[in-house]
Amino acid sequence: MTTFLEKLLINYPYVISVILFFIGTLIILTQSNLFKKLLGINVMETATFLMFIAAGNIRGGAVPILSDTNAPYINPLPSALMLTGIVVSISVTAFALALILRLYREYGTVDANEIARLRNGGMEK
Amino acid sequence: MRDFILKRMIAVILAFIFVYGFYVILHGHISPGGSFAGGIIVSLSFIAFATVYGIDKGKEKLPEKFLVWVESYGTLWYGLMGLVGICKGAPFLANKLAGIDLGVPGTLSSGGLIGLIGFGVGIRVASTMITLFYTLMEGDA
Amino acid sequence: MKIRHIFVAVVVLLALFGMLLMVAELPPYGSADNPGQNMVAQRYINDALEDTGVPNMVTAVVLDYRAYDTMFETIVLFTAALAVVVALKPAEEEGDDA
Repeated sequence: MTTFLEKLLINYPYVISVILFFIGTLIILTQSNLFKKLLGINVMETATFLMFIAAGNIRGGAVPILSDTNAPYINPLPSALMLTGIVVSISVTAFALALILRLYREYGTVDANEIARLRNGGMEK
Repeated sequence: MRDFILKRMIAVILAFIFVYGFYVILHGHISPGGSFAGGIIVSLSFIAFATVYGIDKGKEKLPEKFLVWVESYGTLWYGLMGLVGICKGAPFLANKLAGIDLGVPGTLSSGGLIGLIGFGVGIRVASTMITLFYTLMEGDA
Repeated sequence: MKIRHIFVAVVVLLALFGMLLMVAELPPYGSADNPGQNMVAQRYINDALEDTGVPNMVTAVVLDYRAYDTMFETIVLFTAALAVVVALKPAEEEGDDA
């Protein structure tokens, strides 16, 4: 009858991935600089990739390239499917950086609260 | 002082990074790596050059017309490789069903269409990264 | 630290504890009889060499069994570069309407 902490210690990659995901959420919710919010989105995506790739591992297994070993080959499917996810993450980050540059040119600041105040102040006149 | 040391070091190392990137793209079906990681390594050598020596010298070496040409025709190359299968009566993007001989596994010229498609995707990813770098650095000035 | 930040931190810590209760019930990491290592993975491992002729299984899955997904992913990368170039045009003066 294993206790709760022993069960958590066996699945240590999943625990690290969940903690990274919630650190990313905290960064998005508490920082007011737009660049820091973008970094928080990147941290959340990295935590998701870690969880999927760690789910396809076998302890003592071999790399999925054919050679003459006796160990079982690990699952090649999660690594192949997460390649597409990484490319999508790059595209979203690049486009968000371009939009932040446009916002800086319009309003002169990169603070989310300041921009909201400037936009609402201009609308009431 | 910092500029002098950086310029001398980058002038020596850049050629090795470029050749290593091409090695990772071309040996994608024998050793780990593949087309996406190799394309990003090739683009890193040009980005390091443009950072240290200035953007104008970087644009002299790789003009923007060449980058646009590589990127557009690289996307079209993938579709044309798929149409080879249709011309022989097999499904779209077929490799073995279209009757292409696969060669000896483990050598560089094996796998049929996989090597050609991988090379096209690799240089296409490199040109996309360099285009993004030029646009973001120029939009700030 | 504002009061709002402390409230947000307490809610996130409660959600983290709930997720850790779920993680303890997952199948153990790295064992060979996981439900993830079923017959789908075995078929890809056994037939990769004679269907494609390359010994690298990850490249065979990405570029031969699933070549359609890779084609659309390169189109996504092309669209992202296009969107960045369009969004960052230099500021021009607009013509007067007279």
